[in-house]
Amino acid sequence: MTSALAGPDLDHVTSPAVPEPSAPARRGRVASLGWAWIGLVPFGAYLVVFLALPTVLSIASGFFDKKGAFTLANVGALGDPVILLTFWNSTWLSLLTAVVGAIVGALVCYALLGVSETNPLRTAVDAASGVLAQFGGVMLAFAWIATLGLQGVVTQLLEAAGIDIFADGPWIYKLPGLILPYVYFQVPLMVITFMPALSALKPQWAEANLTLGGTRASFWTRIGIPVLAPSFLASLLLLFANAFSSYATAAALASQGSQIVPLQIRAALTSETVLGRENLAGALALGMIVVVGIVMWLYSLIQRRAARWQS
Amino acid sequence: MNRLGASASTRWIVGVLVGLFFLVPLVSTLLFTFSDNATGGFTLAHWAGLFDPAKASLYQPIWVGLGNSLILAVVTVAIVLFVLAPTMVLVNLRHPRLRPVFEFVVLLPISIPAIVLVVGLAPIYLQIGRMVGTGAWTLAFAYGVTVLPFAYRSIQASMDAVDMRTLSEAGRTLGAGWPTILLRVLAPNLRQGLLAASLISVAVVLGEFTIASLLNRQVFQTGILVVSKIDGYSSAMFTLLALVLVFLLLLVIGRVGRGRPGRTRS
Repeated sequence: MTSALAGPDLDHVTSPAVPEPSAPARRGRVASLGWAWIGLVPFGAYLVVFLALPTVLSIASGFFDKKGAFTLANVGALGDPVILLTFWNSTWLSLLTAVVGAIVGALVCYALLGVSETNPLRTAVDAASGVLAQFGGVMLAFAWIATLGLQGVVTQLLEAAGIDIFADGPWIYKLPGLILPYVYFQVPLMVITFMPALSALKPQWAEANLTLGGTRASFWTRIGIPVLAPSFLASLLLLFANAFSSYATAAALASQGSQIVPLQIRAALTSETVLGRENLAGALALGMIVVVGIVMWLYSLIQRRAARWQS
Repeated sequence: MNRLGASASTRWIVGVLVGLFFLVPLVSTLLFTFSDNATGGFTLAHWAGLFDPAKASLYQPIWVGLGNSLILAVVTVAIVLFVLAPTMVLVNLRHPRLRPVFEFVVLLPISIPAIVLVVGLAPIYLQIGRMVGTGAWTLAFAYGVTVLPFAYRSIQASMDAVDMRTLSEAGRTLGAGWPTILLRVLAPNLRQGLLAASLISVAVVLGEFTIASLLNRQVFQTGILVVSKIDGYSSAMFTLLALVLVFLLLLVIGRVGRGRPGRTRS
């Protein structure tokens, strides 16, 4: 009796030497397991308030009008020709820049293959890719304005050479002007996401191919490309989702008009009534998350398959 | 030498072509900051103007925004170090079964566009404004979510490289409580991951524009945008400075992540 009561105190002193009576030990574990669950609460609450709630709110707000009554009118607006056009613009812009970015990025990865990870060139490319792919945003827009804007350095050079790139108007501030800046952040993202897959190609496979009488070309057609295809496709999807949800570059470059979905959301958020509807931002956000959600779901499916070769 | 590697000529062709595409806008931006809008000639006036008291009011939005961004960076790093990291220790040590779910959740912000998040954050920040005011630092709660995937990956990588279970049990055997174990046993062993997570959080916060601009907050990026409407040269200069700064940050992260030579290399 007394030893059981004094158990927890004695534990500290005696437990290394004496086999433990089971009751206090179990009680201790239950108590600390309780604490272990409570420890998850702060982060969980944080995620609920700042991740789950905003996501749900942004999607749900599309189903309510200003007075809080349920309505399908906003979601119905997704079928409006103006909105459909912005979704179409976003789609082709994202697809085009994703394909170009994926191909060019894959070439860069191929050129970097065999360069040691500690090589200064490689570390510089890695860091530069990170800057341009993930943290550029507004700044990339300014770099391109300084290059190809009306006062841009390249514009002026070409003008001096007698070439007026803006003969049909300053397209750099419109939808086509987004293509180059988007490729500018898509290529680095491809380098970041595709490099691990390419580095995982085993030199032994090349040796086996040579031993069996294959050539350098047959290595790529028979082994390299089939093994890399899922990774390439997954990266392509990631690039598409990335361009589709990108806002900053477009917002800084296209100061007027709302040619793509994120800019349409800006218009809906700042002017309240687009197409004479309230809470359209919520409906647009819903449309956007459906597209990006499907793409990212496919991405994770393919990525899982691609991971087989990267062990 | 890796036999799979491209031939030297392929390397050069790809390197030169892609390199040109990436260098032209950066070099153009640099040249742009040296160009004289009146004569088209070369001038240092724009750079000198950075320190000209007469132009101080022009740069006001950028300095205010930069100050706010630095505060946000500090608070965001605090969220990463004092909320995310301890929770990850807990999940790894006590709830290993929760790890796949936890990973799924913290990587979610990659799939949820910031522009979607901001639609739902607007009403939440309206409430926060009523409760604790509209101080710049409050935005850090939203930034904490956007840096989650980056910070998680950095920290998890170093947690995978360290036997946290043995370390914490050793600490407890020697009589240490959990706070001591977290601060004096685990944190020093995870310092590379924690440092990388902190630096990448700083980079994310300095580059963030979407949430801040749509919630009408003043941060570094919105400051550059405001100034660019008045003076294109200054936005070009700050663009270059910021890109170089983040580049250096990421170089350091690359160093840190790779660890000391001969130790974490396999």
